[in-house]
Amino acid sequence: MFGFFSSLDCSLDVFFVEALLNGVLLAGLLALLALGLNLIFGVIDVVWICYAELVMVGMYAIFYFVQVLGLPLPLAFLMGIGLVACAGTILHYLVIRPVLDQPPINQLLVTGGVLFLLQAAATMAFGIEFRNLGIRLGSVNFGDMSFAWSRIITFAVALGAMILLWQFLTRTYIGTAIRAISQDRQIMPLMGVDQKKIYLATSAIGGGLAGLAACLMVLQYDIYPQIGLQFGPLVFMICVLGGLGNMVGGFVAAFIIAQFITIGGSCVATEWGYAIAFLFFMLVIFVRPQGLFGAKS
Amino acid sequence: MLDLKNIDAGYGAFQALFGISMQVNAGEAVAVIGANGAGKTTLMRVISGMLPASSGTMTMEGADLRMTPPHKIIELGIAHVPESRRLFPRLSVEDNLRLGAFIPSARAHFAERLDYVYGLFPRLKERRSQLAGTMSGGEQQMCAIGRALMSKPKLVLLDEPSMGLAPVIVQQVFELVRRIRSEGYTVLIVEQNVSQVLKVADRAYLLEVGRIVQSGSAAQLAASDDIRKAYMGI
Repeated sequence: MFGFFSSLDCSLDVFFVEALLNGVLLAGLLALLALGLNLIFGVIDVVWICYAELVMVGMYAIFYFVQVLGLPLPLAFLMGIGLVACAGTILHYLVIRPVLDQPPINQLLVTGGVLFLLQAAATMAFGIEFRNLGIRLGSVNFGDMSFAWSRIITFAVALGAMILLWQFLTRTYIGTAIRAISQDRQIMPLMGVDQKKIYLATSAIGGGLAGLAACLMVLQYDIYPQIGLQFGPLVFMICVLGGLGNMVGGFVAAFIIAQFITIGGSCVATEWGYAIAFLFFMLVIFVRPQGLFGAKS
Repeated sequence: MLDLKNIDAGYGAFQALFGISMQVNAGEAVAVIGANGAGKTTLMRVISGMLPASSGTMTMEGADLRMTPPHKIIELGIAHVPESRRLFPRLSVEDNLRLGAFIPSARAHFAERLDYVYGLFPRLKERRSQLAGTMSGGEQQMCAIGRALMSKPKLVLLDEPSMGLAPVIVQQVFELVRRIRSEGYTVLIVEQNVSQVLKVADRAYLLEVGRIVQSGSAAQLAASDDIRKAYMGI
């Protein structure tokens, strides 16, 4: 018991600041993933429980484009984003659309089925080995603190993509329709909006965001068939914490959870980071079942 | 302009409209009056495609409405201000108006139409950034009508515009209806407030349990003893 606590090292020292800043960098990626899931849920009212597996597909696709086809990295990234965007629309068309009017549990389970399908397919195609592109971007030092470039780039690109998406949602007609549709689905046709097209566009954008996340993740993570399990539950939890479907709430929640993971991880032990984050989540949900920023339904 | 012949419609096994035939000519204001549950809102929903008719014919300037997908009907020049306004409560007034101009032909003239609607309803301009759901009932009705006008429609369908509003505001809403009439829009209006609506309409149809039982000029219907007794409390 005492041994456990003596390993706590939480003074406001350089390690703490480093963990805090690494938490901010991690939050960028988590916020990007949460944004995609929230967008889909907010518009279509279905949770893609297989969202992180779409990211995994994107990572393997990029790996394949670079290592097998020998394509340059930027092209592989663009093709990866396009491929996952297409995968998103196909997922909507083949799997979501037939169950749109069914109970939420059915919708959850069919996308859960896709999760296992994609994992199995990836294992068949690429085996269970950990793969990577061997990209080493190095790190930058501030005094005693060290930050990986891959994390800094990931944070900057994720933030940039979120700002771009926000501009799209607030400045364009389709973006405005995307924000409106969950507020009153039935009258969208009176505005001349074809609901099916909005759903397909949203699925493509949600898929594209997963593809972008895949580009960023191959910079710092190994690729393996179960990598979705490392992020999927975490991202789902962030969305619920922020209020499912609430894009701003998900953004804030990503920053909170990332701090629990990195500071908790550095103060106690890396393995404890996730557990502490989920413990915090449980306590919040007991008090606010609708999430931190969700409206009471 | 709008021509309905023998329209039947309903919800599942429940039939709500029986053989409705009616016309709205360009430049007219036509009222459909009747009690709660007579089928007035159903009629509006059938015209704008929210509810498919089960039989009969329905055309707008010759175009077959029953063959037109619901989201294409607004492109034929029909804008529907639905019952209880149905604004997007968590979008700003201006975003609500922007959605009114969603169709390609309206997008091209968005700035011009926005100026026009703000000129017609200066209150909306003052509240342009406010969330629509936080406005008063009368202002919301203004916004709902403004949203419909954004697409530069030929025919405006108004479904119970006075419903749920305080008596003072009801007067203002009928004033709004007079104004959009004087702007040259053709109007089809459904109302329970029979005495008020017959003052703004040229012609009227009386709907009872899904059937048109009387029609004529607004003055004729307002003078009818049956209508005065049953709907105007006189």
